[in-house]
Amino acid sequence: MSPEVKPDSLLNAEGLRFDGRRVDELRPIQMEVGVLKTADGSASIRQGKTYILAAVYGPRELHPRHLTLNDRAYLRVVYRMATFSVPDRKRPAPSRREREISMVIANALQPVLFLEQYPKAVIDVFIQVIQADGGTRCAAINAASLALADAGIPMRSLVPSVAVGKAEGTLIVDLGDEEDKYGQGDVPLAILPGTNELTLLQQDGSFTREELMEAMQMGVNACKYLHELQKDALKRSYSKKTPEGVDEELDDYEDDLETDLGEADIMEDE
Amino acid sequence: MAVYFQKREVVVPGQLLAEGRYRASFGTYDDGDKIYSALVGLAELRGNTVKVVALEGVYIPREGDLVLGTITMVTGNNWKVDVGGPYLASLHANNALRRPYDDDISRYMDIGDVVAAEIIAFDRVTGPFLGMKGRGLRRLESGMILNISPAKIPRVIGRRGSMINMIQDILRIQTMVGQNGRIWIRTSSTEVMRLAIKAFKMIETQAHTSKLTDRVKTMLEEEMAKISGGGHPEDVAEEPLDIEDSGDAEEIAEPAEEGKEKDTAEGEAPVVPDEPPETEVVDEVKDDSPKDVIEEETESDKTETETKEEVSK
Repeated sequence: MSPEVKPDSLLNAEGLRFDGRRVDELRPIQMEVGVLKTADGSASIRQGKTYILAAVYGPRELHPRHLTLNDRAYLRVVYRMATFSVPDRKRPAPSRREREISMVIANALQPVLFLEQYPKAVIDVFIQVIQADGGTRCAAINAASLALADAGIPMRSLVPSVAVGKAEGTLIVDLGDEEDKYGQGDVPLAILPGTNELTLLQQDGSFTREELMEAMQMGVNACKYLHELQKDALKRSYSKKTPEGVDEELDDYEDDLETDLGEADIMEDE
Repeated sequence: MAVYFQKREVVVPGQLLAEGRYRASFGTYDDGDKIYSALVGLAELRGNTVKVVALEGVYIPREGDLVLGTITMVTGNNWKVDVGGPYLASLHANNALRRPYDDDISRYMDIGDVVAAEIIAFDRVTGPFLGMKGRGLRRLESGMILNISPAKIPRVIGRRGSMINMIQDILRIQTMVGQNGRIWIRTSSTEVMRLAIKAFKMIETQAHTSKLTDRVKTMLEEEMAKISGGGHPEDVAEEPLDIEDSGDAEEIAEPAEEGKEKDTAEGEAPVVPDEPPETEVVDEVKDDSPKDVIEEETESDKTETETKEEVSK
C-alpha cells in the first residue's frame, strides 16, 4: 500500500472531486447476491475500493439463551473489519468502533424485518469488511439487507444507505476514504424507500440547518438509485438460477403448501 | 383494483404487488389496500389472494406436516427432536408409544435416532409438538437422510405426489419426504442411491423451472438404463440390504463412488460392489434385532405384570 498523501484539494475549479466525480455522483457499485455457499443468505458489495461480505444465518435457535426475546426474534449484527482491510493493520480484537457500527446497522435494519414472526429465535448477520475505503457502514447496510432477502427472511423492503459529506463547503455524495478523512463532515443515512423514512442518520462535523436538510435530500435521492441497484442485483441472482423462461406453462408446478404430503409414504407401507 | 406483476414473476421485498380488494397471504404484507411482497420469490394470484412462493427460507412448522427429525435429548417423558428451523420439537411418549410404557423411554428411542413424525400442534412460543400415532410414522432404521432446502419440498412431492411417485416407480426405492427439507431414502444399491440423490438435488437447483418432472424422468430413465446395463439392480433389490443411517447426504458420497468405480472397472459383476454393504446388514441385524426384542419384551412384560396386579387387586 502506498503511503497516504493528503490531496491538495478535494474539489477542483470545475467542481469535480479529486477522483473525478461530480458532487452528486456515486462511486461505481457492484452488488452480488448468494456469494457464500454455507450461509442461508449472503451478498457482497463493491463500492469504489470498499469491498464487503455479508452473511445471514437463521432464523435459528438462539444461544446464549438469556438473550431470548419472547415476542420477537433477536437480530444479532456483527460488523468486523479484516486486519488487512486498512493501510495500518487493524488489530484483530473487536474494537469499540466495530461494536457501535454493529449496533447502528442492527437499528437500521430492524424496522424492515418482521421479527415478530420468529419469537425466541435469532437472525445472525455477519458483516466482514475485506477492504475499507470509506462508507463501510453504509455499504454494509446495503449488503446486509440483500443478504437478509436472500435468506428468505420476510421484510418490508430493502434498505439502501449512503453517506453525504461536506468538502470545502460543498455537499458531496458517497464519500471516499480521503474525503471522509480530510473533509469537513459526514452524514451517513439509510432510508425505507417506500416511505422515505430514515432508519439511520448520523452526523460527524458541523453542518448548518440548511446544509443538513439539503444533505439529507441528496442522500435520499442517492438511496433511491441504490435501491434500484439492489433490486436489480437480487432479481439477477434469481433469474440466473432459472435457465429456462419461467413464464411458459408450469402446469406441473405444485407449490401449494397444502399438497397432500402423506400420499408418497403411505404407499410403500402397504 | 390492479395487479402489478406477471404470473410467477420474481419479486423482491417491498415491491408493490396489487392494489384494491385483494387479500394478502403468505409472503406478503398489506398497507391500506396495497399489497407488497415481503420475500424474494414468485408472485402468484389465486382468486383474489396474492401470495409469494418463497425460494429460500428455513422450515417453519405447520400443524399436520410430516417431518423427519433427529432425537437430541431425552427428558423424562419427552424426546426433544431436531426438525431443523429455529424451534426444537418435543415428542411426548404418550404421543408415540402404546401405554403402558417403560419409565425409561430411551429404551424405545434414544439420542441420535431418526424418526418420522407429524406436527400435532405448533405455536411459536412453545415450539412444535410431534406425534407418531399416524400410519407410517416410526423410527427410521436404515436408508439415509438427504437434506435439501425446505422451500423446495413442494416441488419434490409434485402435484398430488406426481414427482415423488415417478421417482419411486423408476428407481424402485422407498422414500419419505418431510416438509422440513429432509428426505429419507432406502434402496439396496449404492448406484441407485447416488442416482436418487442426483435427482433430488436436480429438483432442488431447478425448482422454479418448468417441465421439471419430465426432465427428471428422462434423466432417471437414461441413468437407470446404464445401471441395469452394467449390473442388475433388480436382482439385488430382491434381498433388502441396509445402509447405515447417516445424518448427512455427503456421507454417502464415499460408498457411492466406490461402487461406481468397481462397477465400471469390472463391468458385469453385480455381486462385487454390493459386498461391503452386505456385511453392514449383518452388523445391523446384530445391533438392532436384540433391541427390538427387548422392546417387545418390555412391552409384553409390562402388560403381564399389570394384568397380574389387576388380578391381585
